Amino acid sequence: MNIKILGTVAAVALLAACSNQAATSTAPVSSGPVPGSQEDLVANVGDRVFFDFNKNALRSDARITLERQAAWLQRWSQNNVQIAGNCDERGTQAYNIALGQRRANAARDFLVAKGVAASRITTISFGKDRPTALGSNEQAWAQNRNAITSVR
Amino acid sequence: MNSIPGQAAHGDAAITRTDLPPRYFGRRSLVAAGAGLLAGGGLILPGRALAQSAEITVDRARAEPIPIAIPNLVGAGGETAQLGRDIAGVITNNLARSGLFRAIDRAAFVSQGAGDVPNFANWKVIGAQALVTGKVDSQGGDRVRVEFRLWDILPQTQIQGTAYTATTSNWRRIAHIISDVIYERLLGEKGYFDTRVVYIAGSGPRDRRVKRLAIMDQDGENNRFLTDGSALALSPRFHPTRDQIAYMSYVNNRPRVYTFDLGSGRQQMLGNFEGITLSPRYSPDGNSIIMAQTRGAGSEIVQIPVAGGAPRRLTDAGGGAIDVSPCFSPDGQQIVFESDRGGEQQLYVMSASGGGVKRISFGQGRYATPVWSPRGDLIAFTRMTGGSFAIGVMRPDGSGERILSESFYVEGPTFAPNGRVIMFWRETPARDARGSGFSSRLVSIDITGFNERQMTTPTDASDPAWSPLPA
Repeated sequence: MNIKILGTVAAVALLAACSNQAATSTAPVSSGPVPGSQEDLVANVGDRVFFDFNKNALRSDARITLERQAAWLQRWSQNNVQIAGNCDERGTQAYNIALGQRRANAARDFLVAKGVAASRITTISFGKDRPTALGSNEQAWAQNRNAITSVR
Repeated sequence: MNSIPGQAAHGDAAITRTDLPPRYFGRRSLVAAGAGLLAGGGLILPGRALAQSAEITVDRARAEPIPIAIPNLVGAGGETAQLGRDIAGVITNNLARSGLFRAIDRAAFVSQGAGDVPNFANWKVIGAQALVTGKVDSQGGDRVRVEFRLWDILPQTQIQGTAYTATTSNWRRIAHIISDVIYERLLGEKGYFDTRVVYIAGSGPRDRRVKRLAIMDQDGENNRFLTDGSALALSPRFHPTRDQIAYMSYVNNRPRVYTFDLGSGRQQMLGNFEGITLSPRYSPDGNSIIMAQTRGAGSEIVQIPVAGGAPRRLTDAGGGAIDVSPCFSPDGQQIVFESDRGGEQQLYVMSASGGGVKRISFGQGRYATPVWSPRGDLIAFTRMTGGSFAIGVMRPDGSGERILSESFYVEGPTFAPNGRVIMFWRETPARDARGSGFSSRLVSIDITGFNERQMTTPTDASDPAWSPLPA
């Protein structure tokens, strides 16, 4: 299932890469992630931004990442994305779902303000149910307070 | 003869009840002739020195659990004898776990059985204040008749005598029903043993956690998984009739509130909302659900008929506040919910129509997941202060706050239908970056903070919701 989805994404990205080659000088696709792919977003742009505890305000580091995401999305204009908001485990479940949604919205609103069409972005919140870091310490919690952009 | 309401998922509506006349009247018995009548106020005497009118109350039993003898119910042999042992075992477990009874060790029994009329001296000498006797008879086919009598040892009276007729597969429910009768007769309040708990069963690594809807009897038996785990499931709540559950699911990547019919297994999205819908709770009449719906930067409380129809907005997310976890008062007149409208999560009470919002939590820290006691006298909550989480209760006006249990992480209290016991869940922190050491368990505790017990579940467990008693 996951493999199939990834395969489709990669194929779409590959087509996109070809069609854009005339206009831009992308690196050869054989080395590193396929430009315009999720892997490209992760490796060369940054797929996620981080938040302070119980906050949804965009920090300066988040704004820098989102600026790059906006540029990347403008370049790969066929890519639609989902932004998933996440929280650390130091909050109650229902509230965290709403807080995660706030974080996803904050990231989306920034991208839209930078010119990305709102119709290209969907948002979701997983509250604290999809942590990236599995530990129970400040370092893990800081990683889990995020909004993650993924190509759909 | 009465029919006892069944549980949809078991399809076992057919337990019939017959009250039995007392076989024996003790010298000091005030019990009038007639089935199941109770001497007003004059139950078991907690100590010989006390006056006859002294009543056992829950408070008294907490300080001094009632010593009760529960020999095996008598069976003619084979299956009925086994059922007699099993039923006595379930009753013993229920009463002992409540913390309000002390089941006398069977090794101390002078006689293992009891005839039609017990030899009271044999039970008095081992300190029993109450005695449960009974028998199991086959009625042919797979039907059995379970007879039980509850005796008050000192005045030598029968407090209750009842027979239940049902299919053998209902033996566990009969044991729970008998446990409830004993609890109510001796403590003067309804019990909570013929109830179930719906919860979320968690398994797998934390970053790919599988969360399934699950249900079990209140004692942890008859565990059943209701969903396959392909979609995250959260926050289940019982319908007042116990035959439907409202919960949140991520089916098709659309986090919404769904209803789940326990009889048919049919699942249905509730309404058609743009935002995420979450934290559902039924109205006391069962006709509608209140829940939160995200909108903009916040979320608001909405009410929607279970049968379908237009939702009604009770709070407004326009200001960007997060309002979640609404819960009706048992009379349906008020709603308690949590909101960060004042800057951080606190508890608020409003009228059922959404007016007159008033903050009730003023202690230290953030407050969440309020739930109104079925008795109406308390609101239980989760409180977060500094590095710890706590479960507590306060009066509906916010006064009298008491913390019952505190640790690294506890959340989500739910009341037993008699308002006497709270269940919640507790998580232990991961010890390392792989998440080992993390666990999630259901825990029950008396509303006074005594008798804390961890439930046994087949997997990690969270989000418990206690069912009402059958109507």
